[in-house]
Amino acid sequence: MSTKGILIIGAGQAGLQIADSLREFGYQDQITMVGDEITAPYQRPPLSKAFLFGEADEVSLLFRNEKFYQDNNINLVLNDAVVDVSISGQGGTATTGSGKVVGFEKMALAPGSTPRKLEILGSKLDGVLYLRSLADAQDLKSRWGKARSVVVVGGGFIGLEVAAVATKSGKKVTVLEGANRMLARAVSPITSEYFKNMHERRGAKIVLDARISEFIGQDGKVSAVRLEDGTEVAADIVMIGIGVIARTEVANMLGLELHNGSILVDEFAQTSNAMVVAAGDAVMLPNPSGLKGLVRLESVQNAVDQAKVAARTLMNIKEPYGALPWFWSDQADIKLQIAGLSAGFDRTVLRGNPDEDTFSLLYYKSGQLLAIDAVNHVSDFMAVRRCLTAGSNIDPGAAEDSSVPLKTLISS
Amino acid sequence: MLFVRYTSPDGTETTLEARDGDSVMQTAVKNGVKGIVAECGGSCACATCHVFVADDFTGLVGGPSDLEDDMLDGAASERQPNSRLSCQIKMSAELDGLHVVIAPKQI
Repeated sequence: MSTKGILIIGAGQAGLQIADSLREFGYQDQITMVGDEITAPYQRPPLSKAFLFGEADEVSLLFRNEKFYQDNNINLVLNDAVVDVSISGQGGTATTGSGKVVGFEKMALAPGSTPRKLEILGSKLDGVLYLRSLADAQDLKSRWGKARSVVVVGGGFIGLEVAAVATKSGKKVTVLEGANRMLARAVSPITSEYFKNMHERRGAKIVLDARISEFIGQDGKVSAVRLEDGTEVAADIVMIGIGVIARTEVANMLGLELHNGSILVDEFAQTSNAMVVAAGDAVMLPNPSGLKGLVRLESVQNAVDQAKVAARTLMNIKEPYGALPWFWSDQADIKLQIAGLSAGFDRTVLRGNPDEDTFSLLYYKSGQLLAIDAVNHVSDFMAVRRCLTAGSNIDPGAAEDSSVPLKTLISS
Repeated sequence: MLFVRYTSPDGTETTLEARDGDSVMQTAVKNGVKGIVAECGGSCACATCHVFVADDFTGLVGGPSDLEDDMLDGAASERQPNSRLSCQIKMSAELDGLHVVIAPKQI
């Protein structure tokens, strides 16, 4: 049994970043990355935006070219998955579905997540779709041209991004959201209300507190969504985006500690097994803002920054996760940028005018700035990102004057 | 074939073949050029692919959009008159041979 090398489970953004960072930090031994998709690591965010709209293709989504993997001696195993793994004090061995056996001294988990499924009558009908992988996006895109009516189930980021592309493409769009506002997990009611109005102004129909009873089909294909109140909404495509579930197959094989179904790590991306680190969407980590509690951060920023922490830990360089969480979403002509984590806020400051599609909302707790939602307001976003990264503050009273640039208010 | 030349903050020169329509950022990142972080993957949302366009090309490349302009204001390396976010520069025959200097600090 080889006791050299690092095995990375997952070939998404976090997995690639772990491999890349290991080489950057000087790791010399073998790196094997196993992914269950057929495509080399690629960007997911454009799948619900530029790719669907036809402004990006499969090649442009790829993070790296083939030569990069060769030059950096990264053994990329695609269309395969670890089905058996054992770890002892000296190292471990994993076996893949195709029969490959990989020895390793340490392991990194970056398995990502899988869409939460809606299991109701008709959910197996053709045209009831989810969007996570390139294959999902290709399927959606292949149906896109012919579809006139698109029903989006779930008013989260994925759903709203698809809704924005659909209205821009001239389709009839209905968004069915089960809660009493959209994006409820991510933003405050003010920003939720803005996005509802914004999508309505662009032609989408938004239904809040929607209770779906079944998907109705004709000849095995979905044709409508029926609500509990009896309403039927015509649908050529139903796109479901109601959240994701962490993939824990390998974590379970190793008996790693989970929290709410996600892989639990410490601030060094270390799992409950000293030889295994984890990063990305599948992970529950201590709140990086220094506040109490655990968070799961489903974002590019977290995939990248936590992967860097994990790579260091693999090389016995202990550096805790200290990066500022940030996020973006492009919907039609609107760019939402979020920095910081707003949970626990007790005050908000609104700058600019939501009716003019340009504003920012600052979140405070006990006078300390926590986070920002910036809508087409890049200068405020950048100022808050800089402020929070530096551990500084912006006085909420002073911030209320929208005419004063935020960057001039950052306390030193 | 289109080519782009990158000068890294440490002085390393790299010349890469670019696909028509790919951005200057994508071309660098796909080949593993260090110094261009491009966290957001080209959405003009993070300002971590900041470059300085070499003098001969500033006219051809042109200036930033309003959005990019605001992003550049917050970039980690102080912006210069020839600053651009490389995700917003798309390669074309006109820009063949483009030379950019990667900003020293991206985050």
